[in-house]
Amino acid sequence: MPNSQTTSLPVSPVRTPSVNAWRIEVFQKTGRDDPEGTRALHALRELGIVARNSNARVRVGKGFLLSPELNQAQVERIARELLVDPVLESPRMLAPRATSSFAVEGVHRVSVMRRPGVMDPTAMTIERTLARADFARLQGSERVRALTFTVYELEGELSHEQLLRAGRELFANEVIEELFVDREDLHFELPHASSERSDGTLALMRADDAELTRLSKVGGLSLSLEEMRAIAAHYRGLRREPSVCELETLAQTWSEHCKHKTFTGSIEFTSPAGTERIDNLLKQTIKAATVELAKPWCVSVFGDNAGIVEFGEGFDVCVKVETHNHPSAIDPYGGAGTGIGGVIRDILGVGLGARPIANTDAFFVGPLDLPDSKLPKGCMHPRRILRGVVSGVRDYGNRMGIPTVNGGVWVHPDYVGNPLVFAGTIGLIPHSMAFKQVEPGDRIVVLGGRTGRDGIHGATFSSIELHDESSVVSSAAVQIGDPITEKRVQDALLRARDEGLYRSVTDCGAGGLSSAVGEMGADCGAHVHLDRVPLKYPGLTPAEVWISEAQERMVLAVASEHVARVLELCAAEDVDATVIGEFTATKKLVLEHRGARVCELDMEFLHEGTPRPLRKAVFQPTALPDPGCPACADHTRMVLELLASPNIASKQWIVRQYDHEVQGRSVLKAMVGVRDDGPGDAAVLQPLETSRRGLAIGCGANPDQGVLDPWAMASASIDEALRNVVAVGGDPERTAILDNFSWGNCQRPENLGALVEASRACYVTAKAFGTPFISGKDSLNNEYRVGDETIVIPPTLFVSAVAIVPDVSRAVSMDFKEAGNALYLIGMTHAELGGSHYLMKCALRGGRVPRPDLALAPRRLAALHSALRQGLARACHDLSEGGLAVALAEMAFAGGLGATVDLARVITAELPPGSDPTATRLYSESCTRFLVEVRPENTAAFEKLLADHDCARIGTISEQLRLAVRESAHSLVIDVDLESLRRAHQGSFQG
Amino acid sequence: MKTAPQAIVVRTAGTNCDRETCIALERAGAKPELLHLRKLIAEPARLESASIVVFPGGFSYGDDVAAGRIQGFEVRQHLAGHLGEFVASGGFVLGVCNGFQVLVDTGLLENLPSAAGRGMALAPNVSGHFECRWVHLKNEDSRCTWLPAGRVWPAPIAHGEGRLALRDGAMLEQLASERRIVLRYVKPDGSRSDDLETCPNGSQDQIAGVCDMTGRVLGLMPHPERNVTPWHHPQWTRLTGMRSEGEGLDFYRRMVVAASQSAATRSARVPTIS
Repeated sequence: MPNSQTTSLPVSPVRTPSVNAWRIEVFQKTGRDDPEGTRALHALRELGIVARNSNARVRVGKGFLLSPELNQAQVERIARELLVDPVLESPRMLAPRATSSFAVEGVHRVSVMRRPGVMDPTAMTIERTLARADFARLQGSERVRALTFTVYELEGELSHEQLLRAGRELFANEVIEELFVDREDLHFELPHASSERSDGTLALMRADDAELTRLSKVGGLSLSLEEMRAIAAHYRGLRREPSVCELETLAQTWSEHCKHKTFTGSIEFTSPAGTERIDNLLKQTIKAATVELAKPWCVSVFGDNAGIVEFGEGFDVCVKVETHNHPSAIDPYGGAGTGIGGVIRDILGVGLGARPIANTDAFFVGPLDLPDSKLPKGCMHPRRILRGVVSGVRDYGNRMGIPTVNGGVWVHPDYVGNPLVFAGTIGLIPHSMAFKQVEPGDRIVVLGGRTGRDGIHGATFSSIELHDESSVVSSAAVQIGDPITEKRVQDALLRARDEGLYRSVTDCGAGGLSSAVGEMGADCGAHVHLDRVPLKYPGLTPAEVWISEAQERMVLAVASEHVARVLELCAAEDVDATVIGEFTATKKLVLEHRGARVCELDMEFLHEGTPRPLRKAVFQPTALPDPGCPACADHTRMVLELLASPNIASKQWIVRQYDHEVQGRSVLKAMVGVRDDGPGDAAVLQPLETSRRGLAIGCGANPDQGVLDPWAMASASIDEALRNVVAVGGDPERTAILDNFSWGNCQRPENLGALVEASRACYVTAKAFGTPFISGKDSLNNEYRVGDETIVIPPTLFVSAVAIVPDVSRAVSMDFKEAGNALYLIGMTHAELGGSHYLMKCALRGGRVPRPDLALAPRRLAALHSALRQGLARACHDLSEGGLAVALAEMAFAGGLGATVDLARVITAELPPGSDPTATRLYSESCTRFLVEVRPENTAAFEKLLADHDCARIGTISEQLRLAVRESAHSLVIDVDLESLRRAHQGSFQG
Repeated sequence: MKTAPQAIVVRTAGTNCDRETCIALERAGAKPELLHLRKLIAEPARLESASIVVFPGGFSYGDDVAAGRIQGFEVRQHLAGHLGEFVASGGFVLGVCNGFQVLVDTGLLENLPSAAGRGMALAPNVSGHFECRWVHLKNEDSRCTWLPAGRVWPAPIAHGEGRLALRDGAMLEQLASERRIVLRYVKPDGSRSDDLETCPNGSQDQIAGVCDMTGRVLGLMPHPERNVTPWHHPQWTRLTGMRSEGEGLDFYRRMVVAASQSAATRSARVPTIS
């Protein structure tokens, strides 16, 4: 009966030539809500493209192109059963090469479609689905092809320029997408396959320095002259020229990204203390702290794709945080998405493969209220970047079914051209699976996505062909993620792991197969047949196949007897898996393509042959005068302004777009309190259903302090990350930390000097706290050049902390709980306002940057932890951005309870002249301080535990819905109702 | 009759709430079995030994084209008849979040053999994007008699396309008169409101869950399986008194009991059939 309703779709009459494919467009039925259209219109108004009072209308439609070989009945059935919702939507279609179009008088049409060769995951899903549907068969063995696009139909008085602006600034990213403004000539071709090319060899043996430099540059190899010389010398010894494949492999393996040459090289460091030689900064600072701390619960650090620490109950926890800055600047949505996709693969590829249980993310962007006129040429507006990266993490993380549980947003003017994106993943792995070992003879199996030109920067050595393929080449700079392919890979991989089917695994990240296979075979050797690697489209050269950074691929080492089972298991999960070669005992990396040997490299030279550079570093403390801490006439207003400042303001609009509950492990969420609007200090998870043992995940960063004093910034950022995990119940004795450095160009001595300072602070601070670094990453070329001016980002260290929570039922949130409870401030307040939010509001720079007191702070954390562990605290919140005033305000509105506080009771160090005592107590950002709420019956026990730790009772939680802060018995310096505080916190940019 | 009723939890590419769903079912007294959709299609006889089939949450096939569409298509193509028989013989089918979207798409909630003629859909949230937050639900007086009518309880939602949209006003009246509206989004005190704090997706009549005419096929957008431990609730640190489990566990426990009773009747019938 219901089938009787299927009528033929309207087919428009033929007029002008168009695309050679069936074209279907699906819009909401008249009268149905079109939230996407409404949002698009809202955004057009915000951008000033259409006037706020205009009566313009926007409708958003889904577009599909399907193989022209299908007949009309087939296409109608595909539309009806697969593409259209019968309640909400109505479709329309055009036949292949139809000469008519959907254009109507008075309606502008802007279509957005991915450029040829750019991943279109929805189209791939449609193709896969139709391949299994009987009614959609084509003659022969050909599969139905599909492409998707989006149509915006705009009504109203709009010029071509307005439409173009709307397309460029809102609808499309022209790096990866093509814009059709009132044009209907969409494309349906496969990406242009170049003629079959071989890569050949390069004449290096007799090349002089100028030629070596030229070859590195033309090839986009990013190898220094010294490195090119080392390679030329190596090949002179071999009496032959290197192949392009070999050079590409060396360039990838020796890249800064893979090798951390700056961090591990030699540095000549000059500071006011004199000049000294640092042999290996990473080894002497970050790694030294871990080695010297020698914590027995560190299972695997700095050696694998992620750090592994013991969790307990037979499991380990793996953590990795990655930076994905430059891709996110070009394409915020895709860059952030592939960033999170990449770090998830690190976790899938650590040990024998861990199960991802949580993600984190942190974004550093330019001012969100930047006037368009101040935006440097070529930059995207920070608002667009932030929306884009949030959507990217949302769509990848949510689809993977991994909760995004912790993160942050930081704003600074110097991120405007070079935003930073940090993405982290936490995994769970059985303790017995933390290590892996490749054996010669193991088959090399690649699984997951197919390989295309994705992420190949520059066109290697085919500059002549650059023009022909420019659309493919430019799109290749950006990788597009496909989370469902990655989810399938995860499902297959972890099942294969549990069946014990492989001996080793790693992910394809930077450098693609070259890095993955090169690393796995480093100790034995590998032989790969590049022509066996499954491709998205033909025409890739062997070198392109080898270094492509196509996403969602993993590499396994599989004993020959398990190969069949691995392939069978992957097929059942719909995952492509292919044997591309085997690991050998030759200590050589051999690549073949159609029988020809295109690469034969000594593993030792590949991995150990990198010349270590000598770099100069200079550090000069800032010459800015200390502005002190000026008085403030209206503290109530100041608190409200601070709450609304972008670093402090509510991130609820972001948190609520992330699925932070999936997998059901959540104990403390990002937002807490009576209305879920209080900014929690750290997330707490219960990793195992059968145990109350928990995991706290927190972070810290202070870019404004980094500009003034990189040493103090690094130390304070570690302190902040530790404060956050301890505040929720994490055990400081069982806390591991991660370092992610994003810095300006470290070829410049002053940038490298700041890096030396920060790294040394990391060593000293980690040692003092007893918290080892277990993993880290650096990104050392973050600047933006516009004309003659270079905008260098502030030195940014993003610290992540992961702590064991002994019993999740004792986890503590930051919201006030009960009127009548006592409020304590733990820790000493100093005149430390350098980089503080208060001075920012006063438009002042300079000043002393907070440093934790490394003699006292570790014991303070331990004492506080034992109080929390004994259940003595009802709420706990660390003091960070905005100091005491902001922490009090947040606890109050989050708990829906007021407090009366006496500032005179705040334990304060002797203040230097020029420091207003009231403002210092309220806004200083001194380290290692906490506010703790304690029930009356527990105050004695609490005070006893914290007796030696600058613990002062500064107030009481009250039923009145006001925050009242007095300076003494008489003068009220802050008096404000909770609703005003809440509104201020929620009042700024909310997406 | 003390053996745990078997619950098949169907997974496919992009299913991602399988862990919490299996845990909730197990704690509620069922014996969950995670089964790939392809496997169930190949071996539909597996349904015979099960009392419950769950389509859990996730992003099956990436929500490509529309949420639940591709999996709904596959179920319609290959499994619809078997599932229909399963329900007719007393089996329970639960769809949560993406599983609800799948159930709507299959037509199983409306006892339809194909997509055409469908009267309900799950449209994009009014906010235009994914929303993850906690809501309050009220059990309505419905054909799912195993749910105590009038009770108000908390659970999280996490979806981008959860706004129930109906073909027309008559469809709403039909759902109401046939007692197929099972759950509504309400204020904490149980009263109704269409504000977005109460009903974040803008669902018609704040409907959060609906069932079929048998009351054995139920789809809902919220996630009861994510409110099972005492610590799932976002305000558990504020809640005092004895709270030994999350409120969502009761939902599963009652469903498992009802399904096993239904299965008992069913297996009692089996000898006469065979």
